[in-house]
Amino acid sequence: MDFQPSPEQLGLQEGIRNFCTGNLDLAALRGLEDKGGFDPGLWRGLADLGVFQLRLEDGAGGLALGAADAALVFEELGRALCPGPLAWTELARRLVEGASQGARVVGGIDLAAANATPIVIEHPDSLDSLLVLLPDGVRILEAEEIESQAIGRSIDPLTPVAYVASLPPGREVGGRDEAQRLRLEGMGLVSAQLLGIAEATLTIALDYAKEREQFGRPIGSFQALKHMLSDMFARQELARASVYAAGALLDWPEAGDVERTVRGAKLLAGDAAMKNARACIQIHGGMGYTWEVSDHYYLKRCQVWNSTFGDVEDQSLEIAEALVAGPGENRGI
Amino acid sequence: MDPRYSESDQRFRRQLRSWLEEAVRTYPDPPGEEDWALRREYDTGWQRKLYEAGYAGISWPAEFGGRGAPLSEQLVYYEEIARARAPYIGVNFVGMLHGGPTLIVEGTSEQKRAHLDRILCGEEVWCQGFSEPGAGSDLASLQTRALRDGDDYIIRGHKTWTSFAQVADFCELLVRTDADAPKHRGITWLIVPMDAAGIEIRPLRTLVGSGEFSEVFFDDVRVPISNRVGAENEGWRVANVTLRFERGTSFASEMVELRQLVGELVDASRRVTRGGARAWDDSGLRREVGRLQAELDGLWAMLKLSVSQASQSGVPGLGGSALKLIYSELYQRIAELGLRVLGRAGLAREDVAGLPAERFVFGSMQSLSLTIAAGTSQIQRNIIAERILGLPKEG
Repeated sequence: MDFQPSPEQLGLQEGIRNFCTGNLDLAALRGLEDKGGFDPGLWRGLADLGVFQLRLEDGAGGLALGAADAALVFEELGRALCPGPLAWTELARRLVEGASQGARVVGGIDLAAANATPIVIEHPDSLDSLLVLLPDGVRILEAEEIESQAIGRSIDPLTPVAYVASLPPGREVGGRDEAQRLRLEGMGLVSAQLLGIAEATLTIALDYAKEREQFGRPIGSFQALKHMLSDMFARQELARASVYAAGALLDWPEAGDVERTVRGAKLLAGDAAMKNARACIQIHGGMGYTWEVSDHYYLKRCQVWNSTFGDVEDQSLEIAEALVAGPGENRGI
Repeated sequence: MDPRYSESDQRFRRQLRSWLEEAVRTYPDPPGEEDWALRREYDTGWQRKLYEAGYAGISWPAEFGGRGAPLSEQLVYYEEIARARAPYIGVNFVGMLHGGPTLIVEGTSEQKRAHLDRILCGEEVWCQGFSEPGAGSDLASLQTRALRDGDDYIIRGHKTWTSFAQVADFCELLVRTDADAPKHRGITWLIVPMDAAGIEIRPLRTLVGSGEFSEVFFDDVRVPISNRVGAENEGWRVANVTLRFERGTSFASEMVELRQLVGELVDASRRVTRGGARAWDDSGLRREVGRLQAELDGLWAMLKLSVSQASQSGVPGLGGSALKLIYSELYQRIAELGLRVLGRAGLAREDVAGLPAERFVFGSMQSLSLTIAAGTSQIQRNIIAERILGLPKEG
């Protein structure tokens, strides 16, 4: 047992972080507002970096990495608020030709999640295909087949959405097991993105609390703020351990209860992201309430990622129900 | 990022599990809660059994009588003793979980030889003399004095919240050896025999009704300077090593027991009726249980991460403050939810209508101590803020 990320994994993560720092600062994020949250150049850059072929086999031109490695990469993409249907395109690496090279943009929706209706899809105008997870199967829909109703404004300025009254059947590409496998893998990726938000918002709030002075001293010296920031840290650490555990169990399912751990990671990372993003705005005071600073982008993206693959409420219910249904010992990781 | 126990960890698990089955079955039932002489005998008797079988001090170095195994075996050990419902560590707590580990890191070879093996085999019981009536959260303001007199220290002062003082052989004691130095720089860590002349113990009653902790008075108690751990006036640093163990790893077995408590909570809520339906049929309750379970799993993953890091440094990191903060508040929430589920059965301190009332009544009351002992939750938040996040001190 050595549950820490290895030096190679930390190196992989650093590479992604450097790319994001160089390409996705606040000005770049603002610039994406006018492009519907999607920049083909950025998408190509991510593809060249290998983001969509992390888990593709060696023979297929991939990097043959594991779910834990992918979690570390997606943690960085979340920290940078990188927009676009990243997790779905990664999941489609073997199902949609061209996805892993960044040539096709694949979105998706999990219709088995309790919050699946009304059907609201993300990035409708940027998609080539839509991956649909049903309780008992996986289907691929081509963008032209989907009749969606445009929605003028979305909660996240970088995630445009559209309403779909009814989805066509599309083409079946997998059964119940494949749907469940993709669902859990996808939850792992989105949990990691949410963890990235929990971390980024703590960093922003912390820097501000050290620098901003009121009553003649840094506001971070006041216990009321210290305790908010400590709680943000505690939530971040709990989420981080859970997200890493989810990635590790997807790679080594024999080491614990995969579904419970992955759902737990989704729950805790979603909770940490949402609460930290709100606390970040509060600590920023009046500035936090403006469009000028980046805080609001994080909170808004939380809504998008939290609602993907079932939200906090859905996960808690699923975990509890499995406690009764499952045989054997009560064991997570 | 490999969470798997190795083949040798698993071999250890199988051996320990089969040993525990027989050992727990044949060990007598625990004595009455308040019979301290018998409790010492019971707890140290179990410790001796572990020692003789080679299961005491799993990660303690072999040269001091430990098993010298990696910390992963220590986690396996916690999982297995909780699974077997083996006797609680009880009066061995201070010696095994923070006094002994502090000696391993900071003690002289003479001190290690004198105490470690005896702690491991259950011959020596330790207690903790850190808090004082005037020094709680501000521990470094402690006033108990130790004056040099030749080769001795003469100790005078008043300690409190000292668990198991009435049955302990030694005390890990923090004293002030330099009254003029800044408060953190005048403290010394001493080993004090509890049978020394001038020690008086006055038991206190906890809100649970139990009497495990006491006030301890030191009236010119003489101990040799060779009982000092670390240099004179370096005691604050040594105490922080002790506290890192106390906050970082000392409650790992309770975390595993908490999993069982969640299981019992689920069982009880499927048997309790509320408004004509099972309590479990309420999706609001199920959501609360699911969230608590997720947090508990996350906490265990955090412990695995922290143990993986400690395997390199030997001492648990400052992150232990976050573990302790989350664990103590989580315990309270689980026990309180249990009490809510039990409804009026929870008015009793024994089982009513086949429902495990005492487990949750006791748990909810006893867990109130967890956010106070070993540094309150507020102090843990200050530690996280100042020592991990680097925020400036107040004032």
